[in-house]
Amino acid sequence: MKTIVDVKNLTKNFPVGTGFFTALKDVSLQFAEGEFAGLVGPSGSGKTTLLNIIGSLDVPSDGEVVVLQRSVGKLTPKEAAKLRKEELGFIFQSYNLLPVYTVFENVEFPLLLLNMTAEERKERVMETLKWVGLTDKVKSRPAQLSGGECQRVAIARAMVKRPSLVLADEPTANLDSKNSHNILQTMLKLNEELKTSFVFATHDEKVISYLKRIIRLEDGKVVADELIAEPSK
Amino acid sequence: MIKFLFKGLIRDKSRSLLPIIVVAIGVMMTVFLQAYMNGVFYDSIESAARFTSGHVKVVTNAYKENLSQMPNDYAMTGVDEIMEQLNAVHPDMEWTDRIMFGGLLDAPDSLGTTRAQGNVAGAGIHLLGTEDEIIRMDLKPKLISGRFPEKNGEVLISNELFKKMKLQLGDPVTLISSTMYGDMAMYNFTVCGTLHFGISMLDKGMIYADIEDVRMALNMEDAAGEILGFFKDAPYENDRAHAVADQFNAENTDEADVFSLTMMPMSMSNGMDFMITYAENAQFIVILIFVFAMSIVLWNAGLLGGLRRYGEFGLRLAIGENKHETYRSLVGEAVLVGLLGSVIGIAIGLFFAYLMQEHGIDAGDMIQDSTIIMPTVFRAQINATTYYIGFIPGVLSTVIGAMLAGIGIYKRQTANLFKELQA
Repeated sequence: MKTIVDVKNLTKNFPVGTGFFTALKDVSLQFAEGEFAGLVGPSGSGKTTLLNIIGSLDVPSDGEVVVLQRSVGKLTPKEAAKLRKEELGFIFQSYNLLPVYTVFENVEFPLLLLNMTAEERKERVMETLKWVGLTDKVKSRPAQLSGGECQRVAIARAMVKRPSLVLADEPTANLDSKNSHNILQTMLKLNEELKTSFVFATHDEKVISYLKRIIRLEDGKVVADELIAEPSK
Repeated sequence: MIKFLFKGLIRDKSRSLLPIIVVAIGVMMTVFLQAYMNGVFYDSIESAARFTSGHVKVVTNAYKENLSQMPNDYAMTGVDEIMEQLNAVHPDMEWTDRIMFGGLLDAPDSLGTTRAQGNVAGAGIHLLGTEDEIIRMDLKPKLISGRFPEKNGEVLISNELFKKMKLQLGDPVTLISSTMYGDMAMYNFTVCGTLHFGISMLDKGMIYADIEDVRMALNMEDAAGEILGFFKDAPYENDRAHAVADQFNAENTDEADVFSLTMMPMSMSNGMDFMITYAENAQFIVILIFVFAMSIVLWNAGLLGGLRRYGEFGLRLAIGENKHETYRSLVGEAVLVGLLGSVIGIAIGLFFAYLMQEHGIDAGDMIQDSTIIMPTVFRAQINATTYYIGFIPGVLSTVIGAMLAGIGIYKRQTANLFKELQA
């Protein structure tokens, strides 16, 4: 399988007072195309920091992170924005939908940044909303949706540009058990049908039960990296 | 993308309607205040011009030196010829000759002996056969009893003096003064009307008679103390008045000759220089303070509007929008809101300023003891500045506020976006 993320001896330090705090220490790992993997660990273990660097939102202090043949540490802010715009999708814990726009418009937004024609955008958005089962909510505003529906809109927004990699930070943290499973099943289906890679940062057992690969982090180090042959879900 | 952002702007009332209302109110107040201040100061100046100084005034050199004493012994002669010359050279101006004088007014009893006396300041103006001066000095509303002179020998007297001397309409009075040659002058008038100016300086003892009567009384045939000139089509303009005066003086003034004619722009007569400078400066300072205050309000509105959308901008950055694209859209929205708010504010401000210009506020009761010559009705005056001054707080401040708020976009660490967007 083609490698889409290559993390080599990654160290990330944050300045704290006169010294610094090391969030990630000499981390090396790879993600292949089509993975459904999770960075698992307690708070402060470095999973969000690693997700940030893979998502070109932050840069390594030492080592190298190559995402889709681009070294994150060497990208200019404009190039990093281009990588996020074209290749990466983000899913947040609190959905972060734009409240004044409809479901359709929220999902359409990333395509506007890609300068697609209105016709192309409409086709893409409707297709994506079909995947997440929200074609009947096209004209609804976020305030009219349930938490689960909002997160499905967020997934559609992340998926609409057909990204190579989707990064999801605690995507089920605000959802009840039933909605969490619905969301995870949707993401799993997209992973299997579109071969989109998903990398989660989570400590939620419900998410972990769906993962095909679990990378355990503790104090900024990878302590376990296991492939799950038969995820429990 | 522009359509998308515009849709958001229209739908989010706190991003569009509310800021537009705030901007419109601020701009409206700025526009109205500017027009009002303009009107009040220029009305005061115009009022003083009509009563005493004209926009320009022609006198002799010697008269100019003793202007406050109204020295008619230095009056100019050959007034008809001078007036003809002025009308020919400056047809865009109205010219009128006046004689200002001081004296004693004596009211006799039935036996012809003095019953009452009072000091008076008088003005000989054109009252017979024309209403020009009555209109110019706005005397009609000031006439509270009787009528304007209709024939020679009639005089208007200030109502306060009229009461003090216990006069009746139709009573004979005698002016005791001095002729332009220094002889004693005595001239009989009949009181035909009384005036109330609402200005204590004038109400204490002012009389108005037709200039031909005053010429007879003071032996000033074809003479006048001063000739006043007024721009026909505009209020006082300092530069224009100076230009007219300079041209006249270059052709007519001989500094060595005390009876040589000289023309003074309003700013050089009776301390009007201070009043004009004060009016211009006071107007500028008041408007500047107001514009500054409104700027701070609108700046803050822009700043708060930007900060309120911190989450939205974070999301847009995470999705892949460039920081400068996000910043540009924020500033673009501010320009749109500022422009719309300003146009609405200017339109409303102009509407109220127009009403104030046409109808004014009668403050006669409040300023009845004023010692300066000023109008009793305050009016706004719309000028070229009124049309654009609102854009200063309206657009500039809103945009600067948005730009300052937008600095946060540039300073924002994308590394913290996940953390921030979890909130």
